[in-house]
Amino acid sequence: MSIARAAGIILAKELRTEFRSRELLGTTLVFVLIVIVLFSFTFNPTSEESRRFGPGLLWLAFLFAGSLMLQPSFLREQTNDTLAALRLAPIDPFSILAGKMAANFLFLLLVEVILLPVFAVLYNTAILPVLPQLLLVLALGTVGLATTGTVFSAVASQARLRELLLPLLLLPVLAPVLIASTESTIGILRDPPELSLVWITFLTSFDVVFLTAAWLVGEYLLEE
Amino acid sequence: MATEAQSQASSGPAISLPSILIVFLLLAAASYAALIWAPTEATMGLIQRIFYFHVSSAWSGFISFIMVFIGSVAYLRTRALKWDWLAVASAEVGVAFFTIVLITGPIWAKPVWGIWWTWDARLTSSFLLWVLFVSYLILRTLLDEPERRALVSAVFGIFAALDIPLVYFSIWWFRTQHPQPVIGDGGSLAPRMGYALLMCWAATLGVMTVLIRVRYHLEAMRSEVDAYRMNVSRNG
Repeated sequence: MSIARAAGIILAKELRTEFRSRELLGTTLVFVLIVIVLFSFTFNPTSEESRRFGPGLLWLAFLFAGSLMLQPSFLREQTNDTLAALRLAPIDPFSILAGKMAANFLFLLLVEVILLPVFAVLYNTAILPVLPQLLLVLALGTVGLATTGTVFSAVASQARLRELLLPLLLLPVLAPVLIASTESTIGILRDPPELSLVWITFLTSFDVVFLTAAWLVGEYLLEE
Repeated sequence: MATEAQSQASSGPAISLPSILIVFLLLAAASYAALIWAPTEATMGLIQRIFYFHVSSAWSGFISFIMVFIGSVAYLRTRALKWDWLAVASAEVGVAFFTIVLITGPIWAKPVWGIWWTWDARLTSSFLLWVLFVSYLILRTLLDEPERRALVSAVFGIFAALDIPLVYFSIWWFRTQHPQPVIGDGGSLAPRMGYALLMCWAATLGVMTVLIRVRYHLEAMRSEVDAYRMNVSRNG
């Protein structure tokens, strides 16, 4: 079976599991909402200020959400002992990782797309005219978040204190993504909007570097 | 069960007397060069002399982190635990060097800039690098089984090392996009200052090598003891 087909089956399985319970998406949505509301207490969210700080807060909230949401990705398999069954399947081990990455990417993107209008209303930002550019940045940033997050979820699931460990491993590695996506979002929300090619290229290279790394070394994490 | 390679690695002293002597002489020479022989900087005065140890520690810390990458990749390829010992030894020494960087930096900055810390590109990226490898070391303490620890932390070590250039580029672009006062001399060093810096680098490289060897040796002994312990418990 080709990697893509096997990954597709894993992806379908992940989506089915999630949409039967819907617990992950609902919890994460509310979590990000809480973070966005709490941020509004740390400074005065008037129009001018929020244009400067808003994108950074939004991305920080997404990063926090990711570091919590990606936790069960491998933990769930471990508690049910289903990872061993997946490993026994006659498929390339990377396809397990790839399928989970794709699923996590979709979950995160869904959360972000739902919360974007909420953020726009609460922080008084016009996002409709620049929606395509924003979606591009969201997608690129989320690929980086989902790639490293899925691999580190597999890393943390094998250690003690794993709930605490995942954010600890993930957040410093994601600092470049935070900077790049915040800076490009600020540029897009500026008047007139500008799409920073430097940061888009940077985000793309981050994604390529870690996708390649995950492809090369990720399967070692699935060994027994 | 201890393999032959393991017992070999841990038999005999970790470092020879001559190598300690050489590092000691290098350190003495570097201290003399940095503290007495190099000219006093015109505007900053004596405090500038901390620069020689600061910069050379950063360079040696960098090399240690690159060795974490080498050790991690080699472990995944060969599955020989000695590469994992190299990775953990280098990570600890690298973190120690970057701790020196992060402590000497503010000591220098307070009298020269008037503040302990500024979110300048180089400061921020050194700080982030330090955090990155501290989390690598924490990850190691949370994994019990030696082979599993070696494998999992090798994967994280590779990811952390790949992140180093990305961290540097992103912070550099981020900070240079924002206007800020010109910091540091930016000019060229006096020849003697350059030589003193190189002397200091040679000395810190020597210290780095000795420390990594000692730590590697310690890890080898630990692994041997673990193997014996496991053997005893298995055989009753």
